[in-house]
Formats: sequence, C-alpha cells, structure tokens
Amino acid sequence: MLCAVSMPADHASPTPSLSTRRLWYLRGVRAAFSIPGLILASAFIGFAGLAKEAGLTLAQTVFMVGMVWALPAKVVLIGAILSGASLPAAAFAVALSSIRLTPMVVALVPELRGPRTPRWVLYVLSHFVAVTSWVLAMERLRGIPRELRTTYYAGLGSTLVLFNMVVTAIVYLVADSLPPIVSAALFLLTPMYFLTSLWGSARERAGHVAMILGLILGPLLHLVVPGFDLLGAGLIGGGIAFAFHKRAWRRTSA
Amino acid sequence: MTFAAFDNWWWPFLFILVGGWLATDAWRFLGVYLGDRLSEDSDLLVLVRALATALVAAVIGNLIVFPSGALVDTALALRIGAACAGFVAYICLGRKILVGIVAAEVILLVGMWTS
Repeated sequence: MLCAVSMPADHASPTPSLSTRRLWYLRGVRAAFSIPGLILASAFIGFAGLAKEAGLTLAQTVFMVGMVWALPAKVVLIGAILSGASLPAAAFAVALSSIRLTPMVVALVPELRGPRTPRWVLYVLSHFVAVTSWVLAMERLRGIPRELRTTYYAGLGSTLVLFNMVVTAIVYLVADSLPPIVSAALFLLTPMYFLTSLWGSARERAGHVAMILGLILGPLLHLVVPGFDLLGAGLIGGGIAFAFHKRAWRRTSA
Repeated sequence: MTFAAFDNWWWPFLFILVGGWLATDAWRFLGVYLGDRLSEDSDLLVLVRALATALVAAVIGNLIVFPSGALVDTALALRIGAACAGFVAYICLGRKILVGIVAAEVILLVGMWTS
C-alpha cells in the first residue's frame, strides 16, 4: 500500500503556502485511488443496479450518492423506498443505521484538527466520513503534517464522493444492457463488501455478536413482521450484543 | 408520504434530502460537536454501535435472502453458500475484503453456470 511521505507530525510551522496546500490536496486525491477506494467503487456498481431496480431516476440516484454518501444509509433508504415506507419511517430507519457515524467522527476530529482549524471546516469535512474514507484517514493522517491534514482529507473525501457519483451514473446507464449473469454478480458486491468490512471495523466482540444476530434476525423478522424487520433486528440484536458486552466485561474485571 | 406519494419532480429529492441527507449528516455534525468530549469506550457508545451494527447486518441478510434484480433468479442456497464461502475466505486468508468478495463471486458464478 502506498504510504504518505512521513514528516514530523506535530512540528510547529507557519501557515502553509497555497502551493503546499495544493500538493497535499493532490496527495489526498491520489490516496482515493487505492485498493480500499477501488473496492468501494465496486460496491457502488452494485448500488447503482439496486437504485435503478427500486425505480429511482438517474438524477435521484446520483443526488443520493452525493448527499447521503454513507453506503449502508443509502441501502437502508432504498430498502425503505422499496417497502413503501413513509418519510418519517424512512428517516428513522436511516438515522438508526447512521448513528455509527457519530463515534467515527468523534474519533477522527482530534486526528484531523490542526492548531488553527476553524470549526466550520470540520463540519464541512465531516460530510465525507463513511467507512472507507474513515479507515484510510485513520491509517494515514498520522504521517501528515498537522496543519495540512484537513487539506489532505478534503482531497481524499471529495475525490471518493465525486468519483463514485460518476461510477454510479455510468453503471445506471449501462445496467440494462448487461447479461443476467454479470448483473447477478454485481448485485452480490454490495452485501459482500458490507459483510467483510463491517466485521473488520468492529471495535469490540459485541460488534461481531451484533452482526451475526442481525444477519439472522433481519430475514427472520422480514417474514414475521415485514416493515419492522430492520428496526426490530437492530434493537433485539444490538440489545443482546450489549448485554453480552456487559457480562463479558464484568467477568474479566471480577 | 411515501417516495411515490406525489407526482411532482421535487418530492423524491425532498424525500432523499430529509430521509437521507438530514438523517446522516446530523450524526456527523453531532460527532464534530462532541469532538473529544466523549470517550470512545463509554458504555453509551458501545450500545449505540451494537444497535447500528445489528441493523446494518439485518440489511445485508435481507439483501442475500430476499434479493432484487438479477439475483432473484438464483437459488437461495447458492446465495447463502456464496456469501458464507466469501466470509470464510475473508476470515481465513488474511482478512482482505477483496479476497472475500472474489471468493463469493466465484462460487456464485460457478453455481449459476452449472445450474
């Protein structure tokens, strides 16, 4: 994997020049074209097919990619549209699936912030936070001069969003002309990307317990109480996983 | 108030804006606001992460068991088998996302080809 040029990270220096900023922005752009970035693009290939299947227009699909960005949130939103959910129900399901963004941003902000970073810059950059850009940023920001980290992340985040908007638009346009076997393979990309990246991003064992329970409870509840399947699986699976976490913690500390 | 409820051009965009953008960026903005005020290991965040993980996992499960598009025509056992094979490959072969995806796709394609 490409590694950013390492410099003393907390070295105090004057405000960087415009050309230095441009250089680090472009380094961020280049970081988007890495293995994780390309895997993410493959998941968006699957998403474009999903959105088209759900009856969204090209403009609505690309708009959704740019505005929502986090892929799980978009897949939940498409799921809500497919099941004919009302706007409040859809927003609630999407919000529940996106709570994970808060702890991710909380963890990223101290890494990202320079000594003179205005707050509004952090609010704007936070829009780019989703699993892939977050993983890349947490891995690479340490090797980047502190006052240039926001510039680097702006390059990385904006490129990932724009590139995947283009990928989604192209796939949307050609999706109908694909042979069924290729199309089926594309539809498997999104669940496989999540299945593996979600397991890898879990911070504690409770995350793995929650994931396995959710995988089983989702389809099960879909048969029993359709419409409440996602929320039900989240509440029951997450609740059991949290109880497991509390018990395991008490056992190790006793 | 469903996605297809109104016949004007802007309703779907408003639906995406409120149901999608507001419902995600609100959490991101809250994250910036909280900054380093909250500990990553606090019980509240563990609970929140567990709920969110189970919900996203439920979405994955539904995508595999009740798929859309061209996957509808494949057998349920094949889809579950392909996903399990991909996941096992991911776990056993160095936890590389790419390995998991390729393994699952190979099983799916071979299964579709031979059926």
